Amino acid sequence: MTRANLTFAALLAVLFPLSLLAGRVWIDPLAATGPQNAALILMELRLPRAVLAVVIGSGLGAAGAAMQGYLRNPLADPGLFGIAPMAALGAVASFWTGLTYALPVFALAGAALAMVLLALIAGRTASGAGGGIALFTLAGLMIASLAGTLTALAITMAPSAFAMSQIVLWLNGALTDRSWNEVWIAAPLIVAGIGVLTLAGRALDALTLGEDAARSMGMEPGRVLVLLVAGVGLTVGAGVAVAGIIGFVGLIVPHLVRPLTDRLPSSLIVPSALAGGVLVLAADSAVRVLPFVTELRLGIALSLIGAPFFLWLLIRMRRGVL
Amino acid sequence: MTLAVQGLSLTRGARAVLHDVGASLDPGTITAIVGPNGAGKSSLLMTLAGLLEPGEGSVALDGQPLADMPARARAIALGYLPQDGDVAWDVAVETLVALGRMPFGDNLVEPVEKAIAALELGDLRNRPVSRLSGGEKARVLLARVLAGEPRWVLADEPLAALDLAHQLNLIGHLRRSARGGTGIVIVLHDLALAMNHADRVLVLDHGTLVGDGPPQDALTPDTIKQVWGARVEWLGKVGRYALSLQDSL
Repeated sequence: MTRANLTFAALLAVLFPLSLLAGRVWIDPLAATGPQNAALILMELRLPRAVLAVVIGSGLGAAGAAMQGYLRNPLADPGLFGIAPMAALGAVASFWTGLTYALPVFALAGAALAMVLLALIAGRTASGAGGGIALFTLAGLMIASLAGTLTALAITMAPSAFAMSQIVLWLNGALTDRSWNEVWIAAPLIVAGIGVLTLAGRALDALTLGEDAARSMGMEPGRVLVLLVAGVGLTVGAGVAVAGIIGFVGLIVPHLVRPLTDRLPSSLIVPSALAGGVLVLAADSAVRVLPFVTELRLGIALSLIGAPFFLWLLIRMRRGVL
Repeated sequence: MTLAVQGLSLTRGARAVLHDVGASLDPGTITAIVGPNGAGKSSLLMTLAGLLEPGEGSVALDGQPLADMPARARAIALGYLPQDGDVAWDVAVETLVALGRMPFGDNLVEPVEKAIAALELGDLRNRPVSRLSGGEKARVLLARVLAGEPRWVLADEPLAALDLAHQLNLIGHLRRSARGGTGIVIVLHDLALAMNHADRVLVLDHGTLVGDGPPQDALTPDTIKQVWGARVEWLGKVGRYALSLQDSL
């Protein structure tokens, strides 16, 4: 096991049980008698929520590491492909139509639509020399922009004030009141997505030397793109389907992991998955215990951490430290 | 193990870049591709590396068209060194050189160590690439190609950013690889380097091959005048020529 994997696995092993104890109702594992319904709180509320935090964070972390490797840019984020905004748009459609019980299905359909669009675009940009990645990224940004605009349109034209507030609240991702159902929906897809992303690892390593050098080393642009779109689609799409938009994890996590590795993208994917799990679990535990009247939304909390981190990264890049 | 182009024409976008280029290159020698800016040198090198698909004609390695070779087999046979030398992540020298094994999908230490030793990088093996000088980085990038033990090294202006001492140092490394049987094809801007160190020179002008042969035959003052529009003469003797510019036209 590498140093990075060991570090974040150990952190996760410490944090996970602590997270189960933390919340509005603290559970003291040493106390002879716990609060009323302690077992119920643990098994039906906190455990699925903690598992979901780890799973979603893992997917976002791994997707971020792969995206930064693919775009050869430490500022890249899984959101750049437009998959998360399309999944969100799908979810918003479920509020619009009143079919909120099928929200994850709508969101996954949105993610799938983004993946199909990306695959169609990829077919036109992956061949030929140079520039394919840049064109593809711009296309992803346009999908993200379009999905964002349509989401805004859906909010402004929401059928009722209730639907509008539901949409806005949901868009700021959270793990509040999630159950094992959400775990069963998201976990298999996210684990599969991480597996797909690891398959692209060596090709991403080759991209360290640029697109042309990578192709000369046997990297097949079409194959890498398919793996990336499928991997990011599964991890991010499934995450959005059960928790809404949770930003910045994919951006931050690879930077925490990189100094503990040889800095090649393939060395980052699995430890970034572990570190993503640690980060989202820690953030979700923190929002549970913060003394606010209503629980701070996880998506907002991570953005509050992520935006200054992004600025700090930019300053470091300007100084040539990265 | 010849690398041959035949009737090669290439267009990029709407622009015709190469027109009816033909040459058969032998391993164990250094072939320099020269020509003015925009003559198609890099495009020819990339086509030889299988990175650009010719519109007409073909590139073949030992009679087998590159287009028919699997990407991995091509990557094992042909080592390509791009011009920009861009490295996205601040990896250590050893890690970067080991990327040369990627086409094989193995982690063999011996060829990596051999390349590190050949390019005299032993003392730098743990140093991040961001802390290398231009000359050191050029050696590391060449070592990456050599770690794959390719039968051909195709390098796009590997000497461009180097001072004289580092240029001669790198040329020395390429010459040693050629003596070991590797075919070397390099794009060069400096005609004196081509004259003194190449075994064969291909002169490109507006995508057409206008000179091909030993340096003294391919780089005559007449050819240079025709292609570069400069009146020159060669001073010195074989292996130590210097280009003297008479005047420009």
